[in-house]
Amino acid sequence: MGDNPRERWFALAATVLVTVPLAACGGQDGGGPPTINFYNPPVENMQTVIDECNAAANGRYEIVYRVLPRGADDQRVQMVRRLAAQDESMDVLGLDVTWTQEFAGAEWIREWTGADAAEVRNGTLPGPLESATYEDKLYAAPNNTNVQLLWYRTDLVPNPPRTWDEMITQAQQLKADGRPHQVITMGAQYEGLVVLYNTLVASAGGNILSEDGRTAVLDDGAVRALDVLQRFATAGVTSPSFTNALEDPARLEFQGGNGAFQLNWPYVYPAMQEAAPDLARNVRWARYPGVDANTPSRVTIGGTNLAVSAYSRYPEESFEAARCLRNAEHQQYAAINDGVPPTIESVYDAPEMAEAYPMKDVILAELQDASVRPLSPAYQNISTVMSATLSPPGDIDPERTAEQLRKQIQDALESKGVLP
Amino acid sequence: MTKVLSEGKRQERRLGWLLCAPAAFVMVAVTAYPILYSVWLSLQRFDLKFPDEREFVGLENYVTVLSNGYWWTAFGVTMLITVVTVVIELVLGMGLALVMHRTLVGRGIVRTAALIPYGIVTVVAAFSWRYAWTPDTGYLANLLTPDGAPLTERAGSLAIIIVAEIWKTTPFMALLLMAGLALVPEELLRAASMDGATWWQRFTKVMLPVMKPAILVALLFRTLDAFRVFDNIYVLTAGANETSSVSMIAYNNLLRGLNLGIGSTMSVLIFLAVALIAFIFVKLFGTAAPGASDDGRR
Repeated sequence: MGDNPRERWFALAATVLVTVPLAACGGQDGGGPPTINFYNPPVENMQTVIDECNAAANGRYEIVYRVLPRGADDQRVQMVRRLAAQDESMDVLGLDVTWTQEFAGAEWIREWTGADAAEVRNGTLPGPLESATYEDKLYAAPNNTNVQLLWYRTDLVPNPPRTWDEMITQAQQLKADGRPHQVITMGAQYEGLVVLYNTLVASAGGNILSEDGRTAVLDDGAVRALDVLQRFATAGVTSPSFTNALEDPARLEFQGGNGAFQLNWPYVYPAMQEAAPDLARNVRWARYPGVDANTPSRVTIGGTNLAVSAYSRYPEESFEAARCLRNAEHQQYAAINDGVPPTIESVYDAPEMAEAYPMKDVILAELQDASVRPLSPAYQNISTVMSATLSPPGDIDPERTAEQLRKQIQDALESKGVLP
Repeated sequence: MTKVLSEGKRQERRLGWLLCAPAAFVMVAVTAYPILYSVWLSLQRFDLKFPDEREFVGLENYVTVLSNGYWWTAFGVTMLITVVTVVIELVLGMGLALVMHRTLVGRGIVRTAALIPYGIVTVVAAFSWRYAWTPDTGYLANLLTPDGAPLTERAGSLAIIIVAEIWKTTPFMALLLMAGLALVPEELLRAASMDGATWWQRFTKVMLPVMKPAILVALLFRTLDAFRVFDNIYVLTAGANETSSVSMIAYNNLLRGLNLGIGSTMSVLIFLAVALIAFIFVKLFGTAAPGASDDGRR
């Protein structure tokens, strides 16, 4: 560097300009406990749980809640972009159950091993656990889960149907009697339709993918599920907006009073009590209908899993933080305050749960043999082509539609799938 | 080219190159490199979800994309939007330019008002269009049908996207055309009217031919721009109901699908289409910057 004083000043200024902002990026390097950045969708009472975990950490780390956007697509795109760029500032990630395989396949999240994994496996329901597993290894800790139930009106339906055929017959009978008869559920071209179809496939004992997730099979059970879906859509028992209905419009439609049945998530129950108390008095819940009379339904689970980023600088602390965030005590707190069903079986026995979840026994029964959506890193693509092919459900031709699905899903698995 | 340059001239030329070099280098780094890299990516099976299965596949991705219905639907949508918006914008823009050119009072205010839509960030404008057309929140949703939701249907969505594009970029068209109008010599128009030409005759026989270079530039810019339409679609429909443009579908496959191979293939195809449009305009119609070409000034 020059002896010229002006040059020296310039060099000094340049050094300051370059290094100061960089130092600001470093964050925690100036001492204090490591910051564990927890990226999670917005949850109303999350901060309370985080505060408790921070207190329990006793200064070893500090969890900071980084709230992701509200929309699931936006959440995923933000995380994906940053992980693809190997962003070190993400530690614990709140993933939708359907993204876990994708993130594991891309090597963006760490495997859970040893004592951490043992603690997660201990007492966690099998369905949620399966959703957190990729190639027989555990990649996430199930944080919460969810299943749909059958809601029916006791003033119209004395005994809840156990199968789809029974439900269709009951609805047709009500229609013939000129009474409210509709079966209301989500049939728009989106993830909800895929969930409906996946439940039908699992309930019929079928498979969409092979065991290893590498081949599209769509066996006899999957074809039967297509047949049930097509018959349901054309039986004259759906609401006129069935092919356009998402969760909330479906709930509102049922509250409107034309429905005898509703297949939807548990959140409809408190909402109904608030918005339509007269109707709510007559509404009960039952297990989601099956395909065969003697085989109970296997309902598709939703929910979120906690994973640790592969680029986190504090993996050990991150695993510990994730374990704390989803332990039994905090799952119970989240269930009661945020309405998300727990993944740890013992939590359902807590006395406080009875008030928050009067339908907890049915939820638990469904969760014990729940089904998961196709486990593949390519799930996003599979889901997109499935919802497009299944829509509208009335146009399904079981054998031919199965063949189309088989081809398109196989393409997606081989990275040849084109998203619309 | 055998002309011998003097020593001074040569020095000057070398200095010129040296001074240009950093800029040229930056241009290569920020434009040529990404383009070549995406060509390279488009020749591979490269899916972030399956990092171990990355391999060279030649032109297979091009076959996949070009034989896919979604791609051609998106291509059709893009062409439709491009042609319809550019034609309407040309007509509206010309009208606006004539008004702005001839306004005697409040010229500044008229011009500023006309340019406001162009000054608003596209995404922001798109959001207000979306709210306007959404039942319950919007004042336009029930304009045509009492309980319609135009953004949930294909035809309605496409019409709204086209309207939003036209609203947004007509001022840009008008601005370029106004520059062209300034090229028309006043005495030419006066001479024409002395010869008894009607207003329409003066417009078609005098103004349009003189303005041709400006019109072609405006058309070229807008066509290229319209072909890359993204923001309005992203906000208004996110590509639902088969309203994806080619840029939208490339985004979906790259950033949502994480399929770098297929997504890059689409980007390369868009690049080729844009290059083809530019080629057609420049070579076939003889578009050039106003005043730069031989026939630019008559």
